[in-house]
Amino acid sequence: MAKQISVFLENKAGRLAHVTRVLGEAGINIRALSIADTSDFGILRIIVNDPEKAYRILKEADFTVSETEVIAVQVPDSPGGLATVLEQMSDADLNIEYLYAFLGTSESDALVIFKVEDIAKARQTFKEKGIRFIDEQQLYRL
Amino acid sequence: MSYWDREKECMPREDIEKLQLRRLKETVYRVYAFVPSYKEKMDQAGIKPDDINSLEDLNKLPFTTKQDLRDNYPFGLFALPMNEVIRIHSSSGTTGKPTVVGYSKRDIDIWAELMARALTCAGANRYSIIQNSYGYGLFTGGLGVHYGAEKLGASVIPTSGGNTKRQIMLMQDFGSTVLTCTPSYALFIHEVMEEMGVSPSDTKLQCGIFGAEPWSENMRREIENKLQIDAFDIYGLSEIIGPGVAIECPVKNGLHLAEDHFIAEIIDPDSGQRLPEGSPGELVITTITKEALPMIRYRTRDLTRLDSSVCECGRTHVRMQKVLGRSDDMVIIRGVNVFPSMVESVLLDIPGVEPHYLLVVDRKGTLDVLEVRVEVSEKVFSDEVRKLEELGATITKELESALGIGVKVRLVEPKSITRSEGKSQRVIDRRNM
Repeated sequence: MAKQISVFLENKAGRLAHVTRVLGEAGINIRALSIADTSDFGILRIIVNDPEKAYRILKEADFTVSETEVIAVQVPDSPGGLATVLEQMSDADLNIEYLYAFLGTSESDALVIFKVEDIAKARQTFKEKGIRFIDEQQLYRL
Repeated sequence: MSYWDREKECMPREDIEKLQLRRLKETVYRVYAFVPSYKEKMDQAGIKPDDINSLEDLNKLPFTTKQDLRDNYPFGLFALPMNEVIRIHSSSGTTGKPTVVGYSKRDIDIWAELMARALTCAGANRYSIIQNSYGYGLFTGGLGVHYGAEKLGASVIPTSGGNTKRQIMLMQDFGSTVLTCTPSYALFIHEVMEEMGVSPSDTKLQCGIFGAEPWSENMRREIENKLQIDAFDIYGLSEIIGPGVAIECPVKNGLHLAEDHFIAEIIDPDSGQRLPEGSPGELVITTITKEALPMIRYRTRDLTRLDSSVCECGRTHVRMQKVLGRSDDMVIIRGVNVFPSMVESVLLDIPGVEPHYLLVVDRKGTLDVLEVRVEVSEKVFSDEVRKLEELGATITKELESALGIGVKVRLVEPKSITRSEGKSQRVIDRRNM
């Protein structure tokens, strides 16, 4: 379980620079990031070391922000590692909305951030299948 | 210089005013007797038909607005019983209920007469082949021009709007000499001609009579150069009669407003005070021959100025300058009236959407396009692209159905639309009007 900060950005020059500068000046470190974009707008999704603060800072800077529950899954950092996890999720009928990679690693594992449709079911499935995911505080410290 | 009805078009001012007064008095008696809404307003203002004894006295009468038409929807302002009404049109006004206009047999004849006059003024004659690309239907443009062209004895091709490649083929094959449509459609036709490899010299077009949306002198030059024709501005509005209220002559120094059928005034749009000739202000028109739907001091919302000096062409009817703009922030896009308030009400109907919006009207190539910028609030924001795209699609669909024209919705960041302390600017018009 982890909190992702999602930010609405217009697809125009300087917006991403602006949002990252606002975070940087508040001493917030971005640990993982992905951008989903269309021709008109983009959604910046980030994992940061202090989501509460990031949320507050961004709101104060007039961004449209939301907090989203995601799961940071430990994926074996070897060929086929991600495929195995994805197959297991597929077998369990777990719908993935999107995923992206974490910048750091945990031990010998890669970390992949998953946004799933049903987070409770995902946790259950992960436990049953022995897929490891790391907790919030651990993640923010990485 | 050719005239359709020289005697009327070049009538001395004194005679025009005599005729206007007689017809005005008749009209005022008629509306007082037959239209409860007019009677009520006149009674409230303490005015009786007998109080109208000069053209100056027109000033005493209350204004009529689009709202009056809406309040009396659909036929409440008609001065004739329905069995005397032979045609109904509906204006392009699209806020809530449309405005409905009706015509008697004589109204239709006069309208055709005015359009024949307008076409002649712009150089058409009975040998002309008039390609009429105004939309046919409830909109007054198509049928208005059509009847006038027939009255003139020209050959009219009722192509209506759209199907542009076919229009161009017919234009070449039928040898159209006159094109009637909106100015933006004229430019679009040219664009498609270029794509098809058709040059203006492959056609027999000599002139175009363009109206139903405001257009600038720059636009005229553009059209004239591209299509190699003489372009004329025509003015009209369905509430008054439709196209043919005023028309440019070859001097192109204002549009002659048919003063034997209408009385024009200019008022200050804020105070409602009549302004002296030559001052820019809102055009107010009173119809003095209309039977089915007489209009007393109808506020057109169009900004212009009047000049009653005799024109070089010999016509004496007052000239209105090409419309400068609107007295409120309504925009006309492809002949459709769009009010920011309409956009606001649509947005407010969608849960979570806040009324922070901006209309950006632009001319892409040759067509007017409307972009509506809507701020994304936290309530509607999602971390999923699909959901935001669905939101955009919903807003687009709702706006298009309310406005009746295509809309491009752009979701923008909060506070990115300038807030204003007083009257907010809801429209940015980039068409270089």
